[in-house]
Amino acid sequence: MAYRYDYEVITKWISPGERVLDLGCGDGSLLRHLAEVRQVQGYGVENDADKLLACVRNGINVIQMDMEKGLAGLEDGFFDHVIMSLSLQAMHNTQGILAEMLRVGREAVVSFPNFGYWRHRQSILNGHMPVSESLPHQWFNTPNVRFFTIADFDALCAMNGIVVRERLAFDESTLIEEEPNFLASVAVYRLGRPD
Amino acid sequence: MIQPQSVGAVVPQRAHFAEPLPLRSGDALPEYELLYETYGELNAARSNAVLVCHALSGSHHVAGHYADDPGNIGWWDNLVGPGKPLDTRKFFVIGVNNLGGCHGTTGPASINPASGKPWGADFPFVTVEDWVGAQARLADRLGIERFAAVVGGSLGGMQALSWTLQYPERIGHAVLVASAPRLTAQNIAFNEVARQAILTDPDFHGGHYYEHGVVPARGLKLARMLGHITYLSDDAMADKFGRTLRHGKAVYSYDVEFEIESYLRYQGDKFAGFFDANTYLLTTKALDYFDPAFEHGGLLRAALARASADFLVVSFSTDWRFSPARSREIVYSLLHNRRNVSYAEIESDAGHDSFLLDDAHYHGLLAAYFDRIKV
Repeated sequence: MAYRYDYEVITKWISPGERVLDLGCGDGSLLRHLAEVRQVQGYGVENDADKLLACVRNGINVIQMDMEKGLAGLEDGFFDHVIMSLSLQAMHNTQGILAEMLRVGREAVVSFPNFGYWRHRQSILNGHMPVSESLPHQWFNTPNVRFFTIADFDALCAMNGIVVRERLAFDESTLIEEEPNFLASVAVYRLGRPD
Repeated sequence: MIQPQSVGAVVPQRAHFAEPLPLRSGDALPEYELLYETYGELNAARSNAVLVCHALSGSHHVAGHYADDPGNIGWWDNLVGPGKPLDTRKFFVIGVNNLGGCHGTTGPASINPASGKPWGADFPFVTVEDWVGAQARLADRLGIERFAAVVGGSLGGMQALSWTLQYPERIGHAVLVASAPRLTAQNIAFNEVARQAILTDPDFHGGHYYEHGVVPARGLKLARMLGHITYLSDDAMADKFGRTLRHGKAVYSYDVEFEIESYLRYQGDKFAGFFDANTYLLTTKALDYFDPAFEHGGLLRAALARASADFLVVSFSTDWRFSPARSREIVYSLLHNRRNVSYAEIESDAGHDSFLLDDAHYHGLLAAYFDRIKV
C-alpha cells in the first residue's frame, strides 16, 4: 500500500475517534492508516472504478461521487476533518471544492505539489515543464489541471476568507521553514472557517 | 483462485410452518410452506450463512440447475458458486421463494384451508416486512441465528434493507444492488398500469381464474412488456434493436414489424406462460408499500437509525427504474447514522437489468466485499 510522508503530518492533526472524509482517497491507504493509529471513522470519496475496488479490498468505506459536482448529500459540519491529499491540483472546481470541504467539515486538510519549487522553476528556465517526485507526470499525460504555488494558494485562501490554521512545507520529506515557496516541493495546510 | 464453477444440480427443499404468520396488513396466514434452496455448507459456528432475496420474477432457484431440467439455471447463477463472487466454498447461501409466490411457496394458487379452493384474490396482501419475517422463521428452522450477509437486487435489495431494520442483530452485512428505499410516484405509476392490464383482462375473473380453467395471459403479457421497457435503458434498446424492421421495410400491419415489438411480445408471452398473475399483483403492491421512512415522518435517516449492519450499496448509471439517486438516498442516510457503508455507481448501458449481468467491475466489487466478510 502506498504510504506518503504527508500522511505523518495529516495524522498529527487528527484526534482519536474523529470522523474523517478523504476526498480522492485512492486505494484508501491514508484512511486505513488513520483507522489503525487514530481509530477514526473514515469515509473515502473516489470516482475511479479501480480505486474504488482497491478501497473495498482494503476494507475502507468508500463512496463513489464526482467531486467536481460538489459534495451535495453530505451534511453541514458532519466531519471533523475533510482531507484532500495531493488531489486539489487535479480538480477544475478549485474554489467550489474548498468551500464544500469547509461546509461538511470543521476543518479541511489540503496538500498539493508546489509548482513554485526551485527545481520546477529551473526546469521552466531550461525550457521544459517540470517532472519530479511531486510532479511525476509528463505535460501530455498529467492528471493535473491547475498549476499553482504556495503563494498562489495563500492568496486564494485570503480572497475566499479561508483561515490558514497551520501550514507545513517539505522538500521531499525534509521540513522547510524558510522560503517554502522556493524551497518546498509539497505543502500541507490545515484550513478552517473564520471564527 | 479456481475457475468459477456452477454449484451443479440442486434440489429445492420445503419447509412447512404451522404457526400463523401475522401480516403487516393486520391479516394473518394460518399456515404456509416456503420453498428454498441452499448452496455450500453451513459451518460449525453457523456464521457463514448468506440470504439471497429475489425480486419480482425471481424465486428460490438462485444457482445451479435441476438434474431433470438442466436448462433451468438459477437466476443469479453468475454470482453464486465455487470461485464466483458469492463463493459457496466460503458461504452457505440460501434462496427462498417469497410468500405469495408462484414457484412452490404458499401463494394465490395454493389451497385456502378455509375454503378448500385456491386462494386466488383472497390471498392476503404480503409486504416486504412480511417476507422478511417469514425468512427469519426459516432461518430459525435452519439454526441460523445471524446472517453473515443478506443480499438482494431491486425488490430483493428492499428485503435486505428491511432485514437491517427488523432484525438488526441478526445481519452482519447488507448488500443492496439497484435498489431503493421506496418507490417514486413514477415507479408506482408503472406498477399501476401493469396491474390494470391484469385486472381488466376478461380472463381475470376477479382473481379466481383458477376455477375457470383460464389465466389472464393477455394482461400478464402486457404487464411484463411494460416492465421490460422500464428495465432497459434507451441506449440499450437502441443498440439491441434500433429501428430494425423484420421485413426490411414498412408493410403497414399490426403484426410484428420492428424487432423491438418482437422482443417485447416474446418476453411477454414467455412470462405469461409460467408466472402467476395474482403473484404479479401482490408483488407489485409489496413494492409500492415498502417505505420504512413512512413511520418516521418520511425521514429515511430516522428510519435507518435502527440498522447496525455494514452496507454495500450498488447502482447502475443507466438504471432509471431504480436510479442511482435512490441508492444515494440510502447511502447518505446511512452515513448520517455513522454506519459503515460503501457505494459504487457502475457504468453500464443495460439499465435496471444490469444487476443480473456479470460486468467485471460490478462482480469484482461484490467479490472483494464478500471476500472481506469474516465468518
